[in-house]
Amino acid sequence: MANSENDTIAAISTPVGEGGISIIRISGDDAIPVAQKIYKGKNLAKVPTHTINYGHIIDPDTKEEVDEVMVSVMRAPKTYTCEDVVEINCHGGLLATNRILQLVLSYGARMAEPGEFTKRAFLNGRIDLSQSEAVMDLIRAKTDKSMKVALNQLDGDLSRLIRHLRKDILNVLAQVEVNIDYPEYDAVEEMTTKMLKEKAVDIQQRIQALLKTAKQGKVLREGLATAIIGRPNVGKSSLLNSLLHEDKAIVTNVAGTTRDVIEEYVNVNGVPLKLIDTAGIRHTEDTVEKIGVERSKKALDAADLVLLLIDSSAPLTAEDRELLTATKDKKRIVILNKTDLPQKVDLAELKRLIGGAPLVETSIVKHEGMDQLGQKISHMFFNEGIESGQNTVMVTNARHIGLLHQANDALNDVLKGINDGMPVDLVQIDMTRCWDLLGEITGDSYQDELLDQLFSQFCLGK
Amino acid sequence: MKSSESLKNSDAVEYEGGTYDVIVVGAGHAGSEAALAAARMGNKTLLITISLEMIAFMPCNPSVGGPAKGIVVREIDALGGEMGHNIDKTYIQMRMLNTGKGPAVRALRAQADKHAYHRQMKLTMEREPNLTLRQATVDQLIVEDGVCKGVITNTGARYHSKTVVLTVGTAARGKIIIGELQYQSGPNNAKSAVKLSENLEQLGFDLERFKTGTPPRVNGNTINFDETEEQPGDVQPHHFSFDTPDSKYIAVSDQLACWLTYTNPTTHGIIRANLNRAPMFSGVIKGVGPRYCPSIEDKIVRFADKSRHQVFLEPEGRDTDEYYLDGVSTSMPEEVQQKIVHSIKGLEKASLMRPGYAIEYDVVAPYQLHPTLETKIIKNLYTAGQTNGSSGYEEAAGQGIIAGINAGLRAQSKKPFVLSRSDAYIGVMIDDLVTKGTKEPYRLLTSRAEYRLILRHDNADFRLMEKGHAIGLVSDARVAKMEAKKKQVADEISRLKAIKFKPSDDQVNDFIESHGDNRLKDAVSAADFIKRPYVDYQTLLRFIPAPAEKLDRHVIEQVEIQLKYAGYIKKEEQKVERMKRMEAKRIPDDIDYEDIDGLATEGRQKLEKIRPETLARASRISGVNPADLAILSVYIRQGKFSKKDHEK
Repeated sequence: MANSENDTIAAISTPVGEGGISIIRISGDDAIPVAQKIYKGKNLAKVPTHTINYGHIIDPDTKEEVDEVMVSVMRAPKTYTCEDVVEINCHGGLLATNRILQLVLSYGARMAEPGEFTKRAFLNGRIDLSQSEAVMDLIRAKTDKSMKVALNQLDGDLSRLIRHLRKDILNVLAQVEVNIDYPEYDAVEEMTTKMLKEKAVDIQQRIQALLKTAKQGKVLREGLATAIIGRPNVGKSSLLNSLLHEDKAIVTNVAGTTRDVIEEYVNVNGVPLKLIDTAGIRHTEDTVEKIGVERSKKALDAADLVLLLIDSSAPLTAEDRELLTATKDKKRIVILNKTDLPQKVDLAELKRLIGGAPLVETSIVKHEGMDQLGQKISHMFFNEGIESGQNTVMVTNARHIGLLHQANDALNDVLKGINDGMPVDLVQIDMTRCWDLLGEITGDSYQDELLDQLFSQFCLGK
Repeated sequence: MKSSESLKNSDAVEYEGGTYDVIVVGAGHAGSEAALAAARMGNKTLLITISLEMIAFMPCNPSVGGPAKGIVVREIDALGGEMGHNIDKTYIQMRMLNTGKGPAVRALRAQADKHAYHRQMKLTMEREPNLTLRQATVDQLIVEDGVCKGVITNTGARYHSKTVVLTVGTAARGKIIIGELQYQSGPNNAKSAVKLSENLEQLGFDLERFKTGTPPRVNGNTINFDETEEQPGDVQPHHFSFDTPDSKYIAVSDQLACWLTYTNPTTHGIIRANLNRAPMFSGVIKGVGPRYCPSIEDKIVRFADKSRHQVFLEPEGRDTDEYYLDGVSTSMPEEVQQKIVHSIKGLEKASLMRPGYAIEYDVVAPYQLHPTLETKIIKNLYTAGQTNGSSGYEEAAGQGIIAGINAGLRAQSKKPFVLSRSDAYIGVMIDDLVTKGTKEPYRLLTSRAEYRLILRHDNADFRLMEKGHAIGLVSDARVAKMEAKKKQVADEISRLKAIKFKPSDDQVNDFIESHGDNRLKDAVSAADFIKRPYVDYQTLLRFIPAPAEKLDRHVIEQVEIQLKYAGYIKKEEQKVERMKRMEAKRIPDDIDYEDIDGLATEGRQKLEKIRPETLARASRISGVNPADLAILSVYIRQGKFSKKDHEK
C-alpha cells in the first residue's frame, strides 16, 4: 500500500481561506493528462511550457462548470519538482478549491503526503543538501500531526460504515479466493458473477449513499447549512446582504428548489456557508409578518450553524427568549446588532441566556463587526467544529471523498467486467482495488487480512 | 548391560573427502533441483543425503501441482529445472483445476506414483555428469571468517567447496509425535540431523520450530470403494513440462482414479473423546503448524459446527495398493487413528499400514536470507525449502532451483539471479519469505500474488525461458522453439487486428443477434470481436479465413487470452511498471539505521532486522510506514554513505 515514488500527486498549495486565489498543484507524469480531463479551454497537452491558460474546470460526470480558472502548465525538468507540474489557480474559497481538488484526485492523481512536493524536488536533484535537512524535518513534523488529524477527523460513523463495507467486500473476496485455491472444497458456494454483481451493486449503493451523506464531504461540497434567525427588523436582511456583498467568490442560486426555500452560498473566511431560506428572510423583513418566528424555527431544523440576531437597541422580547431557547442545543453565534444605537438590551441577562456561545457585536448598516463575525465562524469551523490546523482539515476531507469516488469507479469496472462476461477472478481485481481504496480511508491496510479471513472463515486444507 | 553397551555410538575418523564447486545437503525436492541446476551450469557438484532412498521422496501426499503450486512447476520447467519432466514421466492421474474460471487461476495437478517419482529423479541425477551422489549425514559446516567453505559428514569426510546449499527439510532436529509417543526422526522414519542444527545455532542463526503432519495410509484391498465417489483424471491432455508432447498423454482409462468419502459425527465424536490424548492440544506439540493444512483434530475443534469433512483416497503408485487418506492428517495415538479410520464410510474394514504423525523441525528464520537465498550471516551458504519455513514440494523445488542457480553463479564468480514478484510465483514466494518472514509453514496461494493475471501457468515459458537460457539451463533449441511460438502468437494477433467485420455482414449480424446482442453499428476488428463473451477463436474461424500456417492449441490459447483479457492485462502491467521503478531504488548494504533521525521505532527495528535491498522491499515490510520510507529515501539521496565510506 505504500505510495509509489513516481505517481502523480496533488494538493492545495495555498493556505486556505486566505487571499482571493487558491492554487491546486499537480505534479508527476500524468499531471497534464489529469488536468486536461477536467479542464475546458485549450489543449493543455499542446500549449507551450511555462504558460498560463484561461479556461474552466468542468465536472466530467455532470458537465457542470465548477470554476473559472487560470491553469499554469510547466513541463519537466524546469519545475519545482523537476516533474511535469500543473497549477490550477481558482477563485479561492473552500468550496471551489476542494471541489477541484476532489476532481483532480478522482481523475488519477493521489493526495500528496506532507512535504512530498519538496521531497520530490530534493530527490530529483532540484534542491541541495542543506535544504534537504529541512525536508526531513518537514516530513517528520507533519506526518505525526497529519496522521493524528487524519484519524481524529474521520467521523466515527463514517469510519464504522467503511469498516463494515470493507468487511462485506472481504467476505466476497475470501469466497472467490477459496474457490480458486481450494477448488475441490465442498462447503463453500461457488461465487458466480451473478452473485458478485449483486454484492457489487449493494456495495456501490452504500458508497454512493456515503458520498452523499458523509458529514465532512457534505460540508465541503454543499457548504455548512446556516440559518439566520431573529425577530422581525433585527437586521437579518442586512446581514444577508452584507454577507453576500462581502463574498466575492461564489453566489449561487440553487436551481430546482422551491420558490420559498431558496438557498444561497457564501464563502466567509474560507468556510462555505449554505444560507437556508434566504427568501424567507427577505419575505418576513419586507412584510413584517407574524409568522416570522415560526418560520425561523423551521429553518433551525436543517441548520448546522445558527446566526441568531438580537437587537441591542431594545430590551429582550419574549420572541428573543423563545429563539434563544430553541437554539440552545445548536452550534450558534449570537449577533448583538445595532450597536450604533444606544444600548437598551440587558447584556448581563443575555450573556446568562446564551451560556458559552460566542457573542459578536455588530452594526451591520455601518459595516462594523463583520470581520469579527467572519473570524468567529472560521474559528468555530476549523478549531472547534472539526480539528485544529487549516490545510490538513480540508485536504484530508477531500482525500476521503476522492478515495470514495475512486472506490465507486472501481465498482463501475467490476460491473462492466461482469457485463462483458469476464470470469470471476478477473472481475475480482477491481473488487480488490475497491477494498484497498476504502482501506486507505480508515488506514487499515494489513496485507494478510485476506488470508486471515480465509482461514478463519473456512475449514480448508486436506 | 552388555548388549546396550555394544549399541553405543562412536565417531568416525576424519579424512579429506575432496573438493567441489557446489555442495548440496539434502536431496528432497529443493535439494534435487539445487544440485541439478548447479551441475548443469557446469559446476562440479556434490549432493549429500542421509538416505539415497529419500531422493525426491514424497513423505506427504502423492501429488504435484494444484493452484499456484502447479504454476511454480511450470516456472521451474521454464527455467530448466527437473520437476516438470519428472512428474510427466511418473504421473498416474492428471487434472486441470479451475477450468471454469479465468486463465490466471487455472492449475494443473497430477497424482504421482511416489516410488516411480523418486526412482526417476534418482536416475536422472545419477546420469548427470557433473553430479556426485553420496549417502551421509552432514554434521558441521566448514566456516572460515564468516565464509562457508565446505561440510564435514558423520562418516568423517571433509568436503571442500566454493558454495554450500542447505536443504535439510524436516530432518533438521526432526521429532515425530504420535499421541504419547515421541522420537527423534526425519520424515517417514528416516534419520534426523541433530548436530547440524546445533552447528547453525553456534554460527549465530536464529532457528524457529515448525510443525507439519501427515495422515495414515491404508491397504487399498481393504477399502470398500463402492461406498465412495470416483474422481477420475482429464480426457484432454495436459502436461507440466513445455517439452512433453500431447502424444505422451496417458489415456484417462489407463490413469488411476482418486476416491472421495467423508468423515461423520461418529468420527468427530471419537476425536472429541480423545482430545486429551492429542499432542496438538495437550501441549506436547510446541511447533507452529500451517493453517491451510490442519490436522483433522484441529478442524473438529475450530469448526465444531461442520458435520462432515472431505476425505480423498489417493493411490500412492502403480506398484502398490497403499492409499493416502487426504484430509485426515493426525497425530492422535495409533489406537485412536484406527478408530477414526474405521468410522469413515468405505474404510470400515480398512487395514492401517502406517499411522499418521506430526513432525517438528528446525527452520532458519528466513529474514536472515538475501533474496538470492544466501544467508546474511555466512557468505557462500544458501538455504532452501522447508529449511526456510516453506511447506510443499513445489515451494521447495522453486526455492531449490534459485538457491542452486545462485550457488552455481557464485562458484563461477557471476552476478546473482533474483526473480521479482512480477516475474514469477517463485519471486513472490521468496520475497514474502525474506521480507515478511513467516509464522507458520509457508504455502503459496494465488492470492499472495498481486500480479496473478500476468503470472499464468500458460505463459511461464514466455516469462522465464530466456532467463533460464542466459543462466545456461535452457538449450538454444528450446528457446528457439519458444520464440517461434511467441512469433506465431504475435503474427496471428496482428492478422486479427487487420480483419474487419462490417455492419453490412448479415451472417455475422445474425450470429450476434442469436446471442441476444445488438447488430453491428460500426466496423469492428476480429481482435475486438473475440472480446465478446460468446466468441472464441474457433467461432472467429466461422467468419474469417484460417491462418496460412495451422496453429496448435497452445498458440490459439495465447491469442485468446492476450486479446480477451487485454484490458486487465494492461492495467496489471502498468502496476508492474510502477513497482519496478521503486525496485530500482537500492538501499546501500552498509546503511546504519541508527544514524537516521526520525524513523519510527518499529520501522527502524524492522528495517534493521530485515535490511531490505531496495525501497520497494522496504515498503512491503509490515510496520514500516510511508513516513519512514520518505525519510529513508531522502537519507539515501543525501549520499551520507559515500561520505562515511571515505572516512573509513
